[in-house]
Amino acid sequence: MRAFGYERATDREGALDAVTSSPDAAYLAGGTNLVDLMRLGVATPDLLVDVTGALSNQVQATAEGGLLIGAAVRNSDLAADPRIRRDYPVLSQALLAGASGQLRNLATVGGNLLQRPRCVYFTDPTKPCNKRRPGSGCPARTGVHRDLAVLGASEHCIATHPSDMAVALTALDAGVHVHGAGGDRALQLDELYRLSGDDPSRDTTLEPGDLVTAVELPPATALLRRSAYRKARDRASYAFALGSVAAALDIADGRVRDVRLAFGALAHRPWRARRAEDALRGGRVTDGTVAAAVDVELAAADPLPGNAFKLPLARNLAVATLTALAAGAEPDAGTR
Amino acid sequence: MSEPADPSALSDPTTPRPTTPRPTNRRETTPRPTNRRESSRRETSSRVRLDVNGVPRSLQLDHRTSLLDALRNAIGLTGSKKGCDHGQCGACTVLLDGRRVNSCLVLAVTVQDRPITTVEGLADGERLHPVQQAFLDRDAFQCGYCTPGQICSAVGMLAEADAGWPSAVTRSVTGAVPDGADRSTRANDLDAAEVRERMAGNLCRCGAYVNIVPAVLDAALARAAR
Repeated sequence: MRAFGYERATDREGALDAVTSSPDAAYLAGGTNLVDLMRLGVATPDLLVDVTGALSNQVQATAEGGLLIGAAVRNSDLAADPRIRRDYPVLSQALLAGASGQLRNLATVGGNLLQRPRCVYFTDPTKPCNKRRPGSGCPARTGVHRDLAVLGASEHCIATHPSDMAVALTALDAGVHVHGAGGDRALQLDELYRLSGDDPSRDTTLEPGDLVTAVELPPATALLRRSAYRKARDRASYAFALGSVAAALDIADGRVRDVRLAFGALAHRPWRARRAEDALRGGRVTDGTVAAAVDVELAAADPLPGNAFKLPLARNLAVATLTALAAGAEPDAGTR
Repeated sequence: MSEPADPSALSDPTTPRPTTPRPTNRRETTPRPTNRRESSRRETSSRVRLDVNGVPRSLQLDHRTSLLDALRNAIGLTGSKKGCDHGQCGACTVLLDGRRVNSCLVLAVTVQDRPITTVEGLADGERLHPVQQAFLDRDAFQCGYCTPGQICSAVGMLAEADAGWPSAVTRSVTGAVPDGADRSTRANDLDAAEVRERMAGNLCRCGAYVNIVPAVLDAALARAAR
């Protein structure tokens, strides 16, 4: 591991000032991803700017009736927060579906949003990877790609975003607060992430030095209160998703008044399934209607031999989750 | 548990702390110089104050030193084990501020002055911690390498359950929302499925899970009885 300097920032301005003092500097929060990438030789910062003392670790009510989640809030604290569990259950479930108890105690909200892909070529510095070393190539299309993208991938990169939390936040229409060179700004989570396109080196739309300071949830509604997260993985626990779904449903007289649907582990970003949502609105929720709506969304999919299973997996996850929400029950917790 | 009288060469408790604190060690909020590009050389080590099992220590540590390596190599507390060094196996689990964490992913320089408890610090003199006793009573290990991490993890996990934290297999995260004193996920309510899910961050390659789960359930009941 490359030797590095360490500074503890006490406010966002100081953090930005410190991180811009070197092109190789990086922010450090929980460290569960960054320290590992440094040990692997994937990340080689010469300065770590510890932002855990510069960011809020509180969840506060907003004037609009939503919640402002400080970027330093630990995943475990957020998952256990009574307001999250009552009003945004999909978020609590997504957090609890990720990592382990020990890791959730370290990992922060900001770091979770900005964690790097787990593609085996990205995490192995001895292999080519357009994300880690632009222009070096991508062996994944013809190599190991069982975990990788089926939607929105480019010829240069088929990595997926590994976060469970971000999938739930995408379904919730969460906002992100950022401090950067131009001061503070806010954007939708949808605007934070990007497809790999012709520049896979960038996971997000953030500029160098940008610091995520908070995540904002919109006011709780009947729609968001009836929400759930379901995750399929190779083990019963403690594994990244092969596919996951975050869903919310508001039904009146048996017809969909409003619906949210987002997929995880299918793309370079959490995948908000707006086409499927449009197809579902106004109709009934049955195995057939949900499957048909998801197929509209997946029409643009470009699966590879090793990951084509993700399409029926995503369809089945959506069917199971939305029909369970329609029945007024949470999906079977044991299979999340 | 005994601790070595003299920490490794990395540390020298007799050296007075620098009278002029380095920026890397500063905790006060004095504004730093804005133009840091002028500082061409950056320190890559710091004097770090660690509070381990109630014993304060001052160590000169390379910033790359994980908490796990500081505990094992600089302090000589080898109870915490290095399995994968990537946060995947849980053998390095310790309690930081009373909460279980993977010490291999924590940089020692980031946890100054925060209470750290390792497996060596759990017992009360010669009286084992109830989780330690339960592991002995249930023969909850074979080779024993993952055991310190399993035990520290169980101690942290039972506190989480007592605080009403749900898990991924808790029937309903909404139904379990703490409402006054009525918390439905206290440690004594845990069943085997809850223990397996909550302990999923600790791997045992001997496959001693069949005895680990009953040991943790015993400890949960002992905790509830106290």
